[in-house]
Parts: sequence; structure tokens; C-alpha cells
Amino acid sequence: MAEIRLDNVQKRFGDFTAVRGASFTVADGEFFVLLGPSGCGKTTTLRMIAGLELPSMGRILLDGDDVTASRASHRDIGFVFQLFALYPHMSVRGNIGFPLKCQGVARAEVRRRVDEVGRLLRIEHLLERSVSGLSGGDSQRVALGRAIVRRAKAFMMDEPLGALDSEFRHLMCVELRRLHERIHATTVYVTHDQNEAMAMADKIAIMNGGAIEQIGAPMDVYERPDSVFVADFIGAPAMNFLPFEAALARGVDAIVVGGARLSVPPLREDVSTRRLLCGVRPEHVRLADDAALRAEVLGTEYLGSCQIVTLTTALGSTLRAKVAADAPVASGDHVGLRFDAAAVSLFDHASGRALRTARNDMAAAGAVTAGAARG
Amino acid sequence: MADLLLSSVSKRFGATPAVQGLHLEVRSGDFLVLLGPSGAGKTTTLRLVAGLETPDHGRVHIGGRDVTAVAPALRDVTFVFQQYSLYPHLSVFDNLAFPLRSPLRRLPPDEIRRKVEDVARLLRIDDKLDNPATRLSGGQMQRVAIGRALVRNPAVALMDEPLSSLDAKLRDDLRLELKRIQQNLGATVLYVTHDQTEAMTLATRIGVLENGRLVQIGTPRQIYEDPASLYVASRLGSPRINVVPLAALGEFAAPPGAVTAGLRAEHLEVLDASSAAAREGRPARLSRLESLSDQRLALFVLDGTEHELVAALPPDAAVTPGDEVRLGLRHVLWFDAQGQRVRA
Repeated sequence: MAEIRLDNVQKRFGDFTAVRGASFTVADGEFFVLLGPSGCGKTTTLRMIAGLELPSMGRILLDGDDVTASRASHRDIGFVFQLFALYPHMSVRGNIGFPLKCQGVARAEVRRRVDEVGRLLRIEHLLERSVSGLSGGDSQRVALGRAIVRRAKAFMMDEPLGALDSEFRHLMCVELRRLHERIHATTVYVTHDQNEAMAMADKIAIMNGGAIEQIGAPMDVYERPDSVFVADFIGAPAMNFLPFEAALARGVDAIVVGGARLSVPPLREDVSTRRLLCGVRPEHVRLADDAALRAEVLGTEYLGSCQIVTLTTALGSTLRAKVAADAPVASGDHVGLRFDAAAVSLFDHASGRALRTARNDMAAAGAVTAGAARG
Repeated sequence: MADLLLSSVSKRFGATPAVQGLHLEVRSGDFLVLLGPSGAGKTTTLRLVAGLETPDHGRVHIGGRDVTAVAPALRDVTFVFQQYSLYPHLSVFDNLAFPLRSPLRRLPPDEIRRKVEDVARLLRIDDKLDNPATRLSGGQMQRVAIGRALVRNPAVALMDEPLSSLDAKLRDDLRLELKRIQQNLGATVLYVTHDQTEAMTLATRIGVLENGRLVQIGTPRQIYEDPASLYVASRLGSPRINVVPLAALGEFAAPPGAVTAGLRAEHLEVLDASSAAAREGRPARLSRLESLSDQRLALFVLDGTEHELVAALPPDAAVTPGDEVRLGLRHVLWFDAQGQRVRA
């Protein structure tokens, strides 16, 4: 297995810049997810690491070796695509063993390694079957098996679960993560689905318009987004944003939005008068009759374990709150809103950048517990 | 009044029964969602209503009229597919106006314009009416397709996973929008999906299909809290409901006939070791802790067994992997050997 390092990697297609100066390190054995909307440059980044595209600028290092200009076939990287391209005339065993056969590995060894992969992916009972007629999930397991049987230095996965239905996708996420914990292969995984990223990644890089907006552990990115884009992209329903205008000094721990005073984590920087956004996730919004910030309930969505309440404030901002499934609330109700002060994020409206607050102090401590919890 | 009535409808393809003895009533203004995995008969049901398939047995009534033998075009239904199928050479306006200009309808041009503009406002695409349909984003195109289906005020609008080709964020936004549009128009919708969030949030009622049969129908709350079978209980809820044999729970009072317990993640709690309740709790070991956005999921292994339970813990629960705890089990759902619900 190997460490992957990108050093200011850029890719232009004609006058279109697909990737702008990407720099990051994927540690040995890490599950690294490139996440973003379509067209953000995530797949191009992956293809450059695999050697399927050449960067216009910058360097790519695999285990310290500069592989920027070396061919895909010399990089020893396994690739899994969204559409599992299996050889239809071969059995499952033939498909998984194919890369080894090409490398001239002895037959007994091929047999042993295919059996091992079959066990790992829980498809031992399918090994002698033809691949035509396999379910979508089993086909994708075979495609995965073909990639991991080679024991490549790293694996590249381009939306490998995109073609599966949502229920099955979730099961495969759990399975992929468990597989990763057994083989600890350095993996770069591309997806536009935040749930997949949150469920599997050790680290997530969120991309937007060819640039990396933030890199961090899933909970880090979720709890301390660096920008409005990241805050909005991760989390469903999305974070709520309330616009307000103010000058804030270091140490301030309250803001005024629509005439209501709201507690926030103490600021760690000074900002001159400007338009700002108060960001709060739906699970940190509470309905409280006596709260100063007033809103009207537009609708409720029952989700079994909770309900999502859509609200509008007097200033016309729409908010969502995630509350207990049995909370008595109905369309047309007038309610007060209270936010969990410690969980509020603040952003500069124009640049989208997050303001530094006491929330950032917890970053180091938070990263440690997240790592331990993975155990 | 029922806008749509299916009575004892069956359909097989060769030897495979796709829909079996289906009885379904969709009332005016209802948003009925058919939920089930692939192969459960959801899409076949829609196609039977649309007239794209003919039933082997049973009758289809739309707006009080028996349409079993009536051609699709004359059934007063519209269809939205998974992939937006707009006319690429027409503007957004003309795409929306197309069904109104049908020679079967003979609407005057100014009424067509008024109706199209009304729907465009609802869809928030009134500034895009003159654009070519192909110049819209995926979400906008699907909004136009939904608008086109609702603009002519059909007896029933049929929708086959219309949001599944969109990315997660867009799907969330459009879901709310679809519900709002449907409520504003008072439209009657029969909607097919395998996505439980869509089913829970859009439906006034959910019909759960299993192997071509309707196994339960009710409000989202009824289906979630009071499922008729293990199959239904497993369709809704994320994470999925925990299923363990009664024996794995140790000494536990269960109704007669119950052999399996269904436990939702939010109904498991770690009991305070010093409390009296803890003595009653089921001993278990925490094997893994996972933070997923706002959910904190804990995987417990029940002592003396290999059975695992996923619990949704409050964010402030002070536990770490390896901990030996006592679990409190609330709202246990019981099932018999056939997977049918046993009520206490």
C-alpha cells in the first residue's frame, strides 16, 4: 500500500480549468473521498492520480516517487468504475482472476487468491457462476473483487455505487467500509452523495468549481464547515442560513437577527460592518414558545424517528427544524425558535468564508475523539 | 369520491405474476405512494392504470368510469417518468402547452396561455418560458415534466420515480416543491418509489407492495409505528429496524406466538448503571461507534450471542467501544414465525 501526494495539480481542457491547484496527501491505508456536485473536478482529479489524464501543471507522488508522467499501467493502481464492466463470457472466478492471469501468476496461486477475495466479499458461493444474470450488487462485488485481487498500491473508485438503488447502496456502503477495515488499502473514492462520503471516509475533500474547499474528517467537515458551500452541501436537510448585518468584535458572544438576540460561540476575530450569515443545522433548532425569534410553521414532514418542520421568519427566511416525531406542531402555528448556541456557525455573506469562533478551538480535540470512535 | 379504483387486478408476464389481486382506491386530492423493492409490482401497477398494460383479471375505474378497455390517450391520466422526456425542439412554454393543445381538448389559445403561466409560476420557472427546453438544468427539466403532467388537471397524475435521476440535494428541494404544487392544485397523484424518505414525506397514504400484493396501506405514521409484518417494518426506518430472535433477549415478556422482535434504533437506550431499571436491561457490549451527521449510531453485541443491534444514541451519551452496558428496549414490535405482526 502507498501514500498518495498531490502537489498543486492543475488540469485545463482548452480554456476550461477543470482542476485548480489541488494539493493534498492521502495517507497510507486511508479511505479518502472526493465529494462535490457534478462538474466540480472530482473525477478529473481521480483520473490524474490513476494516470488516465495528464496534469497541465503540478506533481503527483506515489509512495514518494514522482509518477506525474508515468503511464497508468506502470502506477499499479486498481480502478473501479460506476458501470461494472465485467467479461460476460467468463465465470465470476474468471473475471476476478483475470488481472492475475495477465500478470502471469501461477494457476494455483490465482486460485488461492480468488478464493480469498471471494470470502472477503462473501461471494464464495457464486465463484463458479456465469456473471450474466448476477444482481447489480453481486456484479459490483465481482468488479470490486477484480480490483482488490491484484493488491495494487492504491484503489481508485469512481461512483462505484451510483448505479445501485438507494436501499442497496446503503448496505454496500457498510460493506465497503468493513472491507476497508480488513484490508486497509489506500483508497480514493469519488461521489456526489454526501451520505456515502459520511459513512465511509476517513477524510473528505469537498470540491467546488475545480477547487478544493475543505479537507477533513467527516464530523469535522460537518461540524466546522470552512465555507457556506461546504455547510450547504453536507447535511440533509441542509443547514439554515439567516442573513443579518453587523460589526463584530473578538470575544462577542451574541448577535441580533430580526430584532432577536441570539447567543453564538465567542468570536475569535474582528469583522467590520458587513452582511453576515448565521448558520444553524436543523437538529440544533428548537421550538420554544417564549423565544424571541418568531416564525410560522409552513409544514411538517413525518420521518418516523423524527419530523422535519419547515418554518418562515417574519423577515421571510425559510428554516427547517428537526424535532421529535411526537412534538405537537402543525401548519399555521406561530412558534419561537431557539438555537443551540455552541453549534451556530457564522459566515461572511460576500465571500462565503466562515468566521473563526470558539467552535474552531474544539477542532483538535474533536479530531482525536472522532479517530478513537472509529476504533 | 375515488378518482381511481383498481378492483381485484392481476397481471402476469409469462409464468411470473407481477400484480396479484390488487385492490386500491385513490381518493381525490390523495398523494398515494406505492413503496417496494424492485420487482414488487410498483411500475406494473402504474402502467395498468395508464393503460400501457391490460390486466388479466379485474377492472380499472378512473373518475367513476370503467376504463379497463379504454385506450391510454382517452383515460384522463398523465405520466411522469424517471428520465425527463421533454420535446427538445420546443420552448419551455410549448412543452407545457403541448398537452393542452391536444385536438381532443380544443382549448382557446388565451386559456392555454393563462394555464401555462399559472403552472409556471407554481414551478418557479415563469422567467424561463421562452428558453429552449434543452437549456434547462436537470432539476428544472424534471420540474417542467412534472408541470406538464399537472397542467391539464388530469383525474390522476402517475409518477414513476421522477426524482431518482437527480442528485441528492436537488432531490430534497424538488421533493418539497412537488408536495407544495400537489397541495396547491389539489391534484390526485399515484407515485411509485423505493425511496423511503420520499414515501414518508410525500404521501398522504403509503401502500406497501410485496411480490405483486398490497400488504399494507395507511398513513406514513401508521406504516412506521404499526407495521403489519416484518417485511413492512423493514421497508421504513434508517437505520433499518433491528431484528432478533426472542431467545436472544433472554428473560423477556412476549405475547403468545411471538418468535421475533423488531427494535428500532431510536427505541434502544443505554441505562444508567446505578438505576433500578438497569437490572432489567439486556446486557450487551458496545463494539463500534459511528457518527453520521447528526446521528450517533452504536453497534451493540448482545452478551452470550452474536446478535448485533444498532442504536441511535443522543449526542451526549458517554460511551466508548468495549463498554459493557445494560440496554433498555422500548416499543418492541413482535412477529410470529411467518413474519406477521403479533400485537401485545
